[in-house]
Amino acid sequence: MTTPTVETRGVPAPAGVPYLDVQDLQVHFTTDDGVVKSVDGLSFHVERGKTLGIVGESGSGKSVTSMAVMGLHTASNAHISGSIKLDGEELVGADQEEVRHLRGKKMAMIFQDPLSSMHPFYTVGKQIIEAYQIHNKVSKKAARAHAIDMLDRVGIPEPSQRVDAYPHQFSGGMRQRAMIAMSLSCDPELLIADEPTTALDVTVQAQILDLLRDLQKEFNSSIVIITHDLGVVAEVADDIMVMYAGRAAEYGSAEQLFNNPEHPYTWGLLGSMPRFDKAPTARLLPIKGTPPSLIRVPAGCAFNPRCDFQERVGSACLVDRPDLIDGGDEHFVACHIPTAERQKIWAQEISPRIS
Amino acid sequence: MTTPETEPNDVTGATAPARHAARTPDRVSENLLEVEDLVKHFPIKAGFLKKSTSAVQAVDGVNFDVRRGETFSIVGESGCGKSTTARLITRLLEPTGGKVTFEGNDITHLSDEKMRPMRRDIQMIFQDPYSSLNPRHTVGKIVSAPFVLQDVTPEGGRKKAVQALLETVGLSPEHYNRYPHEFSGGQRQRIGIARTLALKPKLIVADEPVSALDVSIQAQVVNLLEDLQEELDLTYVMIAHDLSVVRHVSDRVAVMYLGKIVEIGDRDDLYDRPRHPYTVAMLSAVPVPDTSRRHQRERIRLEGDVPSPINPPPACRFHTRCWKAQEICKTEEPLLLQIGTGPTSGHMVACHFPEDVRVPSAVQVSPVDR
Repeated sequence: MTTPTVETRGVPAPAGVPYLDVQDLQVHFTTDDGVVKSVDGLSFHVERGKTLGIVGESGSGKSVTSMAVMGLHTASNAHISGSIKLDGEELVGADQEEVRHLRGKKMAMIFQDPLSSMHPFYTVGKQIIEAYQIHNKVSKKAARAHAIDMLDRVGIPEPSQRVDAYPHQFSGGMRQRAMIAMSLSCDPELLIADEPTTALDVTVQAQILDLLRDLQKEFNSSIVIITHDLGVVAEVADDIMVMYAGRAAEYGSAEQLFNNPEHPYTWGLLGSMPRFDKAPTARLLPIKGTPPSLIRVPAGCAFNPRCDFQERVGSACLVDRPDLIDGGDEHFVACHIPTAERQKIWAQEISPRIS
Repeated sequence: MTTPETEPNDVTGATAPARHAARTPDRVSENLLEVEDLVKHFPIKAGFLKKSTSAVQAVDGVNFDVRRGETFSIVGESGCGKSTTARLITRLLEPTGGKVTFEGNDITHLSDEKMRPMRRDIQMIFQDPYSSLNPRHTVGKIVSAPFVLQDVTPEGGRKKAVQALLETVGLSPEHYNRYPHEFSGGQRQRIGIARTLALKPKLIVADEPVSALDVSIQAQVVNLLEDLQEELDLTYVMIAHDLSVVRHVSDRVAVMYLGKIVEIGDRDDLYDRPRHPYTVAMLSAVPVPDTSRRHQRERIRLEGDVPSPINPPPACRFHTRCWKAQEICKTEEPLLLQIGTGPTSGHMVACHFPEDVRVPSAVQVSPVDR
């Protein structure tokens, strides 16, 4: 339920300092089989009051990215390099205690599965109160009142009674609301939502997305929403980053990504999903093959074995890893096909087939 | 196909007669599967003597027919009873009441032994490709299991048949000796489909066949299912919650809410002109990958959650969340009745006050204050 007049949307204003600024982030894990390059050179930024959607398939590194921002990787296992700046403060290599202080207060996370991310032994209220009391010196009574207030804010009926309920007594949608209440209890400026609606039914999904939108308006917070559902990002995101094999394939405003996508992988994703808003088509246009192993990422462009257009470019795709380059209007694409050619392919070959 | 007057390609259903007409004997062959007043209650037992105190009314009086060669989908939110329905049709669960007829044979209460030969004709595809394949069996053993169980030796031997099946579903015959863990989710789903196809079934019940898969893989499997249907003359009953996928694959769609079918109709009728308020609300909630529509679209927000199926609301089960609900909705249960005539025949809705809004490709539905 948004009103068109209130929102200003589109390309982020370059003047504003981004609230979250990630530069050349790399997260590698050492395993017995080799180094897993889950995230390999990723840069993005989010401003206050804006929403960034990160889209990708399983194993593309989207969740690893969000965990890195939250500082949730264990240092012994994950090798993180690059820079993550939250409100100007560097998080990579920062003291664990410092990050711990920021977590919950300045940044918070909503997880995909609310049942497994809440403690089954404690009441919902207790879990919210705990988070609130860590960051705020308040009495238990005040914290409890705050918890009830938060539950009310996220639309849980009879919050003063529900505060004493256990997670298993809530339905899936209510649990997700309770988790949103928990993550918002300290008014974080950055909210990372990792597949917040994937486990939910479509009508509940709509409720949760509306809730996130309303809360964003109220708190002017930055939201990073991670999902595999292009429909969801189209609903809420200002900017979208499409990830493939640990890198950004395409990065731009939501309008650019949906109206003029330029990366063959984005085309593939759009062709793979049945369009609800268009007349039914006879066939879907899937991407051939399967996503690569992150231990042995294909040389050159990681997408080249699945790309239909690799022959047109020649060997560059097999040898050189394409950089994420601004094709104009802050629309970044990592592809060896020249910009003009890409736009031509979209307009003449892909777009008519999809719509 | 044993029955003579089969029309395997009557998939549109546009000219098909309404359900009551289809029940007359001379039309029987058109329906591969008929479900009448199907009921499944799971008793809740409590106390020392484990007396059953109440019951989860998972499926409570469901009627539908599945025509030969069509894809019939059941949609609804979690807990609406769609998966239970699938398990009742395949007789993995024993119905509490009602009747399931397959090719004219009543299979509702067949014993396991008598059901076994029927299972050649009715097969199932499961949702989770990780838990539905035995990790300790090779692909060859998994896919040939139906042959072993039914004591069938296909022409050229079982191994050859399995390899042919693997090829049919887009895997390599060399995968015969591999184990499930060596495959990705999409490939595992293909293995499951190969197993399903082994006995050349007539009806395949697919419970959320693609929802566990990535978007790009999902499209591959959807296309595969469509190809197989055409090649092998299959009939599908698809259970799904993804309304976009359902719209893509289905000929006819039934919408379930709390154990009852609230609306049933041809795909285009149902999606372009939904009549039940619940269908309207559900369709309006589907996120659309088009940013330009973001601000034009008005969503109908359903408040609250689906009530518990242990103690469902009386009369119309949707009345607690319905914005059109009036007194009659709380006292009198609406029957699933045919609505409209002409091209929309067969479109049935269970509502006292059916909507009549055209939704041109699910864009605009009337806004409702919450």
